[in-house]
Amino acid sequence: MSSSVIAVLIDAFSVGGLYALTALGIGLIFSVMRLANFAHAEFVTMPAYALFVLSGHPVIMAIAFSVLVAVVLALMTERVAFRPLRGIDPATMLIASFAVSMFLQRLLVFAFDSRIKPVDPLAFLDGSLTLLGADLNLLKLATVMTCLVLLVALTVFLKFTRFGLEMRAAAEDFTMSRLLGVRANRVIAMAFVLSALLAAVVALLFSAQTGFVHPRFGLQIVIIAFVATVIGGLGNLVGAAVGGFLVGVVSTLLQTFLPPDLRPFREAFVFFIVILVLLFRPQGLFPARGLKERI
Amino acid sequence: MTRPYTHSAQTARARPMLARLERLVPLLLLVAAVAGIMLLSSQFGIVQQRRVTLAFISLMSVVGLYVFMGNSGVLNFSSVGFMAIGAYVSALLTMRPQVKATFLQDLPGWLAEAQLDPVLGALAGGVAAALIALAVGLPIMRLSGIGAGIATLSILIIFYIVLGNWSGVTGGQRSLMGLPTYVTIWNAGLAAIGAIVLAFVYQESRSCLALRASREDEVAARAVGVRVVRERLTAFVLGAFICGIAGVFYGHFLGTLRVENFYLDPTFLYITMLVVGGMRSLTGAVLGVIVISTLTELLRLLEVGARLPGLEITLRAPAGLGDVVLAGLMLGIILFRSQGITGGREITLRGLRG
Repeated sequence: MSSSVIAVLIDAFSVGGLYALTALGIGLIFSVMRLANFAHAEFVTMPAYALFVLSGHPVIMAIAFSVLVAVVLALMTERVAFRPLRGIDPATMLIASFAVSMFLQRLLVFAFDSRIKPVDPLAFLDGSLTLLGADLNLLKLATVMTCLVLLVALTVFLKFTRFGLEMRAAAEDFTMSRLLGVRANRVIAMAFVLSALLAAVVALLFSAQTGFVHPRFGLQIVIIAFVATVIGGLGNLVGAAVGGFLVGVVSTLLQTFLPPDLRPFREAFVFFIVILVLLFRPQGLFPARGLKERI
Repeated sequence: MTRPYTHSAQTARARPMLARLERLVPLLLLVAAVAGIMLLSSQFGIVQQRRVTLAFISLMSVVGLYVFMGNSGVLNFSSVGFMAIGAYVSALLTMRPQVKATFLQDLPGWLAEAQLDPVLGALAGGVAAALIALAVGLPIMRLSGIGAGIATLSILIIFYIVLGNWSGVTGGQRSLMGLPTYVTIWNAGLAAIGAIVLAFVYQESRSCLALRASREDEVAARAVGVRVVRERLTAFVLGAFICGIAGVFYGHFLGTLRVENFYLDPTFLYITMLVVGGMRSLTGAVLGVIVISTLTELLRLLEVGARLPGLEITLRAPAGLGDVVLAGLMLGIILFRSQGITGGREITLRGLRG
């Protein structure tokens, strides 16, 4: 009994961890420029394709390349698409990011066609480990560990470095932080780079879990993470992480404990919860400061 | 054209009449444009006719999207979900009982037996979409901005998941086949004209003016007594009705329903059409559909391979380029002309003359 509980928990945490990282990637950009970045889906998909392209080569090379792809892509979309729109109303920016996302997705279909491509970047983690009588998948354990490490690293970065301080200031009050010497372009570019790094990690872990990539690869995870950032409170990073984690855990638990007839509908429940949260806590469970619209 | 400041008592009395007629000009021009396209393309072959019919169906859907999103300024990603509801309701009510028995054994008896007249089935589809929009909209019309975007996206996803897994009624992941295919260029064109008329009459109404006031400034509109939630809900339900009817036509045009046909790709297509045309005017909605449909068609021809007349060169674009170009165009419009081609204005005679 207890062994299966551990297995389910590791399952839930590995899913929740991926959602949390994705939600953080979205939340980082949202907090500094009020952009709900739908194109984060392609920030995840493109590095996964990079892993596919270099799949015969050493893992380190493939990973380095995929990180590079993610960062370059993020900086380019920021420069070309989102910088001209800075300061426009968030709804228009959401449509713009939707357009960027579709553009990149179709570019991928154009370049690679829309068929499923096999990838297995972390083949050496295929085994399992017996712990307290439970057979634990190594990859899932690694996912949980990576997520923990990254969360701690991100926290340290935001709390104790100059860049982190600037980002938190920009998130609190962008105009005021600029008056105090934070460079808008630099802090936004930094947010995109961090977001891209997180996306590359998600691409690596998620593609290792699923074993394939396709043009909608990132979309499935980003749609859910999107929702997680809303539940957690848009613009609040802790909220985004917690929200992502909660959504992952809840949907895994629903998968496990829902009667079989209802299992296919589990994501419908998740999205229903989202609407409820939006209605009763429009600012999310953990509202960000300074986000409330003023007149 | 009579200018307001032309003299004489007679024109002064005639002015309100003329002014009222002038208000109708955009409607007349748009209807004339659609009717013209309908008459012109009925001369073409069956393949082109089907393309134009599909464009008319898109037109209905985009007009339905415009009724809410254009007039209220609130994001809406759910319109295609209401198309799906219209399509499935009409399909279940109008398919032959024998066909239903083959694909959907678990239908409740009354539904398995039902076989309505296509017109009744279409109305039922539209009304079902409108009723569900009423139930769903009642709570979420309070949201604006990103919240509304996420909530309507969630609704689309919920519809998609439910329809895609409710195997007993919708066939689930399998296709639902055997819908009566009664859609022609004529009835689709007339329905599109009907949608335009409906949207126009609505946008000239008091309710819609109040809604537009809330689009420009929600707080100020509330302050002068506009009941924002109620006006939004009216538009949302009317828009869902039009989208539902569009879905009915779509289903009976294809003859086969797949939930995939009612998810993100068409959502993106219709939003592109609306944004490219200019989402703050009915003219923008219609123009966007015409421009994007024409462009799609040209790109498709290019992908097949087009021979330049008089030259030995064949132009051929790689497959999939069309989609990339469309998405790029959408992005370009948002970046460089965020109000769309029309800039949010309606078409007028004065505008046509330059």
